[in-house]
Amino acid sequence: MRKLRDQLPKRAPLAASLLAAALCLPPIAPASAFVAFVSNEKGNTVSVIDTDSWTVTKTIKVGQRPRGIAYTRDGKFVMVAVGDDDTIQVIDAKKLEIVDTLPSGPDPELFAQDAAGKTLYVANENDNTVTVLDLEKRIRIGDVQVGVEPEGMMLSPDGKILICTSETTNMAHFIDTATRKIVANVLVDARPRYAEFKSDGSELWVSAEIGGTVSIIDPAKREVTGKIKFAIPGLRSEAIQPVGISLTKDGKTGFVALGPANRVAVVDGTTHEVKKYLLVGQRVWHMEFTPDEKYLLATNGVSNDVSVIDVAAQKVIKTIQVGELPWGITIAQP
Amino acid sequence: MGGHVVLGVLARGLIGAIGLIAAATAAFAAEPVDIAIGYLGRAAVPQTLSPLDQPAADDGVAGARLAIEDNNTTGKFLNQRFTLLDRRVKDDEEAAQAANELAAKTGFILADLPADALLKVADGLRGRGITLLNVGATDDRLREQDCRANVIHVAPTRSMLADGLAQYLVWKQWKRWLLVTGSHDNDKLFADALRRAATRFGAKIVEERSFEDTGGARRTDSGVTLIQRQMPVFTQKAAAYDVLVAADESEVFANYLPYRTWDARPVAGSAGLRPTSWDPSQDQWGATQLQNRFMKLALRRMDALDMQAWMAVRMVGEAASRTNSGDAKAMADYLKSPNFTIAAFKGTRLSLRDWNLQLRQPILLADGRMIVSVSPQEGFLHQVSELDTLGVDRPETKCKLQ
Repeated sequence: MRKLRDQLPKRAPLAASLLAAALCLPPIAPASAFVAFVSNEKGNTVSVIDTDSWTVTKTIKVGQRPRGIAYTRDGKFVMVAVGDDDTIQVIDAKKLEIVDTLPSGPDPELFAQDAAGKTLYVANENDNTVTVLDLEKRIRIGDVQVGVEPEGMMLSPDGKILICTSETTNMAHFIDTATRKIVANVLVDARPRYAEFKSDGSELWVSAEIGGTVSIIDPAKREVTGKIKFAIPGLRSEAIQPVGISLTKDGKTGFVALGPANRVAVVDGTTHEVKKYLLVGQRVWHMEFTPDEKYLLATNGVSNDVSVIDVAAQKVIKTIQVGELPWGITIAQP
Repeated sequence: MGGHVVLGVLARGLIGAIGLIAAATAAFAAEPVDIAIGYLGRAAVPQTLSPLDQPAADDGVAGARLAIEDNNTTGKFLNQRFTLLDRRVKDDEEAAQAANELAAKTGFILADLPADALLKVADGLRGRGITLLNVGATDDRLREQDCRANVIHVAPTRSMLADGLAQYLVWKQWKRWLLVTGSHDNDKLFADALRRAATRFGAKIVEERSFEDTGGARRTDSGVTLIQRQMPVFTQKAAAYDVLVAADESEVFANYLPYRTWDARPVAGSAGLRPTSWDPSQDQWGATQLQNRFMKLALRRMDALDMQAWMAVRMVGEAASRTNSGDAKAMADYLKSPNFTIAAFKGTRLSLRDWNLQLRQPILLADGRMIVSVSPQEGFLHQVSELDTLGVDRPETKCKLQ
């Protein structure tokens, strides 16, 4: 491990939140193919997908129970939280092998990184804590006590506020990243799992898996201003369990993964009306756009595959078999 | 050893309390809203056949304590502080008296009491604005002909448990049952629920036998020699069956049956594959974190009674945070309103049946090592909630809430 660690540039800025990665990449030539990394929660593997051929090119063995996964800002590494090993592993995006581990605190699930690439915020589900890591020094530099079972982690576009959702407390905690203190707590519906900002910072969307809704929060007023509800004919409401959220850069369209409802909802980003339900695989978890926003890839936990959605056509065009119980996904240029 | 544990728990409580006060003082000028919750439990611990099933002295109340901690973690953001008032009683008389005393200090009392004692307590508290949360009694009659407007039922009913098991056995195509019932009243009530479930879901009870409790110790120095001779003979010459279903809530014989039946058949019901609201092995849907927290607090894993108490205290906590209030009436009204739902690590939201105040919930099927399945099974449909395929449904209810 030491040897491998030495291969990693010491000052390499590591990690990026899913949103930050999508936002900060340079303009993309249209012909480029991308690489997607999918964490397989039960398989203890990461599947590497080439978005040109839509095939799995490699399966990487990782630690126990990989879930949260994200490219580093420089695109050189992929970080994956392996909760049952109490660490975050670092995969070299070229060599496709594990080259390092980070001291994440117990049971890391989802994480977010600041704009400078220096600080990583990790949700530790087991002890109601958000751990703050210095990525250069590889040390824990602080923690924030939050509600019961922190999960969703997202930084505001200006980097000033970190959102952490706690699943049993049912809140979105607003944490000031400068002082590392909670400045507001917004009550949402039961079991909030994921938070996503519009790229202009005007809205925060928080999904509630058991509540069955997505709360729209005004980040300035720090209050819920609206709720997206879902209804699918022939499906009992308990099966509709919103988890992953992806918003287009222009904020005009939102996609919400509905878990065991086996559908992704397409939501008007302005009126918050549900426009359409796209049938995907079983128990859809998280999603990620290709950097050109042409495609949205969604992980289907129970059917062990990834659905490819054509964003403009709002259609599922492809299904790719991956490892056992796919959960998280991150995409960047090769 | 025991002293250390007690000291440790005390110290932890103190540190928690100090932390809480500090947090509250920092964030709010006002004193936190105090919300006390009562716990009325039985003093005696029942005897079980397997020493592994022997309940701990803090069975149930440990779940309530964990939920108090969880509520307080949330409460520090809302300026609410939860406390538990724990009372153990020996008989009906004592239960009614203890309930009366608790009622002076709290609007919510968890009850782990036999059906008759629970009814006595409920009627004694009538009109005093107290909500009882039944965490222990599975009797259907408490939700049917004997239902009360001041009792919310968190424990599942025998019919919910039996239906959860029956759906799986039918899905598995084990439709021919040999039903063996114990001689105590509770065993007979569970057998009634199993018969009803068989009829409902298309299983057939091909033969019934009863096992008399003739007394005797559950553990002896002679060990299992005698049992090994008795059980094959007891199950000999039965009509052709797929699964032996045992109704033995009294822990007299059911756990002696697996591996000892005359025919090579699986056992379900009170032994083998058991329907339950929770199991120490349950770790799906984020339950790992709950089990970890419970282990830290109670030094063991969480069982069904612990979970029922955890859910009850969380329901009160949920009512407090949703109404942003410590007012017992506002909170009780919220719990009984259609807006109330709660997450409890069972893969779906739980809600109350408005006709009898029974908590809708999936039923886990556990074999003592693992969760084998969770009911409702796929394909058992319902127009309102598939959870209502478990237990007595609205059109069949005999409950008139008052």
